[in-house]
Amino acid sequence: MARTGTGAAFWLIFRRDLLLAFRHWDHVVQPVVFFAMVTTLFPLALSPELGELRQLAGGVLWVAALLAALLGLDFLFRSDHADGTLEQLLLSGQPLALMAIAKAAAHWTACGLPLVLVSPLLAIGLGVPTTALCTVMLSLALGTGILSALGAIGAGLTLGLRRGSMLLSLLVLPLAMPALIFGARAIDMSIHEDTARGPLLLLAAMLVLVVTLAPLAVAAALRISAE
Amino acid sequence: MSWTWLHKLSSPPHAYRITGRLAPWLGWPALALIVTGLYGGLVLAPADYQQGDGFRILYVHAPSAWMSMFIYATMATAAAIGLIWRIKLAHGVAAASAPLGAWFTFLALATGSIWGKPMWGTWWVWDARLTSELILLFLYFGLMALRASIEDRERADRATAVLAIVGIVNLPIIHYSVYWWNTLHQGATITRLGKPSITGDMLWPLLVMLAGFTFYYFAVLMTRLRAEILRRERDASWLKTELSA
Repeated sequence: MARTGTGAAFWLIFRRDLLLAFRHWDHVVQPVVFFAMVTTLFPLALSPELGELRQLAGGVLWVAALLAALLGLDFLFRSDHADGTLEQLLLSGQPLALMAIAKAAAHWTACGLPLVLVSPLLAIGLGVPTTALCTVMLSLALGTGILSALGAIGAGLTLGLRRGSMLLSLLVLPLAMPALIFGARAIDMSIHEDTARGPLLLLAAMLVLVVTLAPLAVAAALRISAE
Repeated sequence: MSWTWLHKLSSPPHAYRITGRLAPWLGWPALALIVTGLYGGLVLAPADYQQGDGFRILYVHAPSAWMSMFIYATMATAAAIGLIWRIKLAHGVAAASAPLGAWFTFLALATGSIWGKPMWGTWWVWDARLTSELILLFLYFGLMALRASIEDRERADRATAVLAIVGIVNLPIIHYSVYWWNTLHQGATITRLGKPSITGDMLWPLLVMLAGFTFYYFAVLMTRLRAEILRRERDASWLKTELSA
């Protein structure tokens, strides 16, 4: 029997995961609704004054997006683990690190990308000027990408554990803090009509690093968890 | 070169005996060094011209901060060794180190906070050092939580090892990003513990304390490692003969 090429396997997994994600469309919508709701909490808790909210908008958007993206991470490997797909992946002879990054990429497309797409709307609600919306989307796109890759490590390690989702946040959030720093900073700078190039480039560098190294850790984690 | 000594060392019965023999040889020097360092730091060293006697907490604070990072590095190295060469004892070292590291981190934060109250006028500031130390504490908590929530010991060992390695790759990034963040947000509102080339009679107690804390860590590590070996090997036959002897 001819062996499937690695590239083909990558696309197969990517497409399969996306298909599954969009069939359970509530999994796609829930983080977005959560994102919108957490963002709404801040004006209620702090002040409806747009001038004040604008000062906090970068941080609020980022924290809300991080938490929303974390929600979806729990499902990353769980159903595959439950129905045996994960074992098949392990036995398939394909490089597990690449398969893991395919799954993380699909997860980002189904969970991170929708957050990025609604973020301008929420940003306007927080008084962010329209000139900064591009930076908002870009920084969140890079940031949720970093979180998807980092979170895959946590999801692999906590696979099949009781109270896994709580533990997952505990493991992943400290690792994601640098991304938060630069991401929120980038939005803040562009709100103040400063060029946000520096933090965005750093964020992109971080994404490259994480996408390069995290798959190896994810593969190791999956092998440990699936034993 | 023969590696048999290493394999011998990593066998639980041998390690159990060696650690038992080593613990007092590390523990007593630790006590002597800490007592000497404390006497030197609290009594002999001159008061700081700016901070008065308040600076003396440095003699606990700085060694704790050093230990918090040193232990993380030791733990991650042990975890990597355990993961790569499948040496159970190395995982034992990592497991025994994590709570110790967390305590030193907490101690560094607590003493920093106590120092900060009279010096900065507040218990807590979002200073770069304090914040990265706090994140380090969270990393320790994550490692301990992960280990505690996996029932199967071998899986717990290896999963924690992966996380420890991921953490040590991430630590420099966290460290530098926190510094960057801090310089942008706070500017020069805080004069950090400036380093006006510390004088000799202030410095030697600090170095003695540093050595004392390091000895203390290894002494406690030996004892904890013994407990860890007992827990892991509780069904082994060598343990029965060892303990009945």
